[in-house]
Amino acid sequence: MNRKLLIPLAVFVVVLGFLFVGLTLNPREVPSPLVGKPAPAFRLARLDQPDQLLAPADLAGKVWLLNVWASWCVSCRVEHPLLVELSKAKVVPIVGLNYKDRRDLGLQWLAQHGDPYDVSVVDADGRVGIDWGVYGVPETFVVDKQGVIRYKHIGPVDAAAVKDKILPLVRQLQAS
Amino acid sequence: MKRVAGLARAACIAVLVGYASSLLAAEAVPTEQDPATNARAVALSQQLRCLVCQNQTIADSSAELAVDLRRQVREQIAAGRTDSEILAYMTDRYSDFVLYRPPLKPQTILLWAGPLLLLAIAAVVVIRIVRDRRAAELPALSDEDIARAKRLLDDVHGDRA
Repeated sequence: MNRKLLIPLAVFVVVLGFLFVGLTLNPREVPSPLVGKPAPAFRLARLDQPDQLLAPADLAGKVWLLNVWASWCVSCRVEHPLLVELSKAKVVPIVGLNYKDRRDLGLQWLAQHGDPYDVSVVDADGRVGIDWGVYGVPETFVVDKQGVIRYKHIGPVDAAAVKDKILPLVRQLQAS
Repeated sequence: MKRVAGLARAACIAVLVGYASSLLAAEAVPTEQDPATNARAVALSQQLRCLVCQNQTIADSSAELAVDLRRQVREQIAAGRTDSEILAYMTDRYSDFVLYRPPLKPQTILLWAGPLLLLAIAAVVVIRIVRDRRAAELPALSDEDIARAKRLLDDVHGDRA
């Protein structure tokens, strides 16, 4: 066989390989540059008690989750039962960031679907969301005891993500 | 009693005046009015990718996030930040992916050099094909062939003369 014919074949196989890898990638998931960096500071009013403020510093020494949610967010409903279940297990505190929402609608949504959050804070104009690099609700962050973001999940969390990624990481960070 | 009411009224007025002046102070000068600032804001917005609708710039997109990011750009221009500071602000939060023009870095070298590399490979391939073809078209001539050709040519010239 002509050896020269093998070259286009090899090129074709390499290109095919790239295309197959490309099929498994999700272009919607943009890796966050904030993973490994200190959680951006905020001081926001609680959803349930507007006169009380919460800052990430208040959670220093604890491993915690920040879940970005909104009553207008359809896919938040998909992940919500999982969060409720997770909160019942009381493994890790979950802070909700109520993103670009109305207070009354947010509260109503929690009353309707259950409230998995230890506390929800209000980011009405989305500025804190921008600081955290939020671009699609829901998003979930894992923050360690030193207040460093260790993981970011974009889109609704599923059972596999909770079981295989988030919980093992939380346990590992809690033990350290 | 009257004095108390008067004081209360004075306090109310003071609060209202204070509130009104704080409103005035908080009101940013719209950047749209300054053509130079506006041009900067538009130019920056055209360099930034909207992460919701990824093939649009935040200047083109009407997604809520794009609106918010445009607002950030204008506010930061108003706050006196430079263009590179504003772009750094965006990449700190959303990674280099927000830039339509990816920076030249070790990770992006293939991206920048890739087309040139492909062009070079293509050039080498074309040159080799052309050379091979030329070699095939011009078979090596033996001494006998050359002598025959000479004779033929001489004949032609001889006829004309």
